[in-house]
Amino acid sequence: MSNSIRHWIKTFGLIELFKGLAVTGKYLFKPKITVRYPEEKTPISFRFRGHHALRRYENGEERCIACKLCEAVCPANAITIESEEREDGTRRTTRYDIDMFKCIYCGFCEEACPVDAIVESRVFEYVFWERGENIMTKEKLLAFGDKHEQIIAADKAADAKYR
Amino acid sequence: MFEALQQWLSGWMWDWLAILITLLIQAVVVILPIMLAVAYLTYAERKVIAYMQVRMGPNRVGPYGLLQPIADAVKLMFKEIVLPSQSNLYLFLIAPILAIAPAIAVWAVVPFAPGWVVADIDAGVLYVLAIASITVYGVVVSGWASNSKYAFLGGLRSSAQKISYEIAMGFALVTVLMVADTMNLSKIVEGQQGGIWHWYLIPLLPMFVVYFIAGVAETNRAPFDIAEGESEIVAGFHVEYSGMAFAVFFLAEYAMMILISYMTAIMFLGGWLSPFEGIPLLETLFAWVPAFWWLALKVAFLLFVFLWFRATFPRYRYDQLMRLGWKVFIPLTIVWVFVVMLLHYFKVGPWFN
Repeated sequence: MSNSIRHWIKTFGLIELFKGLAVTGKYLFKPKITVRYPEEKTPISFRFRGHHALRRYENGEERCIACKLCEAVCPANAITIESEEREDGTRRTTRYDIDMFKCIYCGFCEEACPVDAIVESRVFEYVFWERGENIMTKEKLLAFGDKHEQIIAADKAADAKYR
Repeated sequence: MFEALQQWLSGWMWDWLAILITLLIQAVVVILPIMLAVAYLTYAERKVIAYMQVRMGPNRVGPYGLLQPIADAVKLMFKEIVLPSQSNLYLFLIAPILAIAPAIAVWAVVPFAPGWVVADIDAGVLYVLAIASITVYGVVVSGWASNSKYAFLGGLRSSAQKISYEIAMGFALVTVLMVADTMNLSKIVEGQQGGIWHWYLIPLLPMFVVYFIAGVAETNRAPFDIAEGESEIVAGFHVEYSGMAFAVFFLAEYAMMILISYMTAIMFLGGWLSPFEGIPLLETLFAWVPAFWWLALKVAFLLFVFLWFRATFPRYRYDQLMRLGWKVFIPLTIVWVFVVMLLHYFKVGPWFN
């Protein structure tokens, strides 16, 4: 009997509905979690795997020695390397292409590299307007590495103790 | 003001032309702000629901996204109106008009402040009920003419829903009329004069709730938007509409929302009367506020409640909706008609003397 009265009061007092309204009413005043992207950005890890870059030593010599470990480890077959002997007798790449459409950004190339030549930077805001631009040639990768050397070096230094 | 204009006009042109021009100006003066209000109601809806879902809502077009409704309107105007093959084109195109014409026509009798009414007729409540119920034709005709099973289902559902909830709504209004002793909307408001405890909200609290919920159902708003039901029948009666034809349906729906809020405010919340009437200090403190702003404030709050409902409640199932309408609201309203009758007979409280 009392149970049915309670049920009756609950139903006609719209208790549950007001509880629901209270929840949404509370959230109306909560701080919003949206990040307004181009103006605001979320923090990025130093291990972020974004745009690739080929690095150089401090004296300007390119690091890559054309060992082709990255080409071998690449699960998407995105890397193509051709190499030959340079005048001073060292082995260097004549061609180092990464197909950015094939690349899955796994970071294996970076891990396989014995000389820290190929790295993935934290840059992720890039776009290709035409077909063909997606092939990153050796020149483009080296230029990109030169442009962002400071931040890449800082990221690698931060990561060094975990490797 | 408009009478003076009419007299001035008839001084140098035919009388009928002067009347026509005055009427047109009156119509524009009422319709234009309503259309603007509709536009910004869509903005408010998106913002309120977004905030309740811990999002930002539109914030790209203009400061705080304030130009969003204008961008939407421009987009919809430039979109193609797709005419489905095998559909009844005449009915297909007339349906949006059937939906929006009554939604605009009802505003003729709605008072915005003392004396601010286009047609101060004595059967105002009856007029509103009669005209507002015509909007169902727009939905039914669009559902039929679209030659689409989803639209057809939406139209059927909508007609059943509106017819069942109109009865509860009508009974709720009967109690208001019993208390107010008039059908003139301005006089209903005047009958509530004398402080917040004279508002019909208090003797008719259940009717206020029933009227407002039935109003939500009448306007096909969540949680009663089974006529749209995007999860089961895509978008219901307006699946086949695009561009401006679709926008017209939207305008009608939102204009009806504003109308229901106005009617609720006028009949239960004392219309343009200040809530501080009769309270010594506050009354003088708020005496400068124009009557219209009190009404606008009440309407804005009720519209916010509409949006709040949408952000909170999941959609009713069709049979639950019918059960609520026929088995709960109609008995409840009939019982309250008798309660009000007894209150009236024994002259109870500040409302029946």
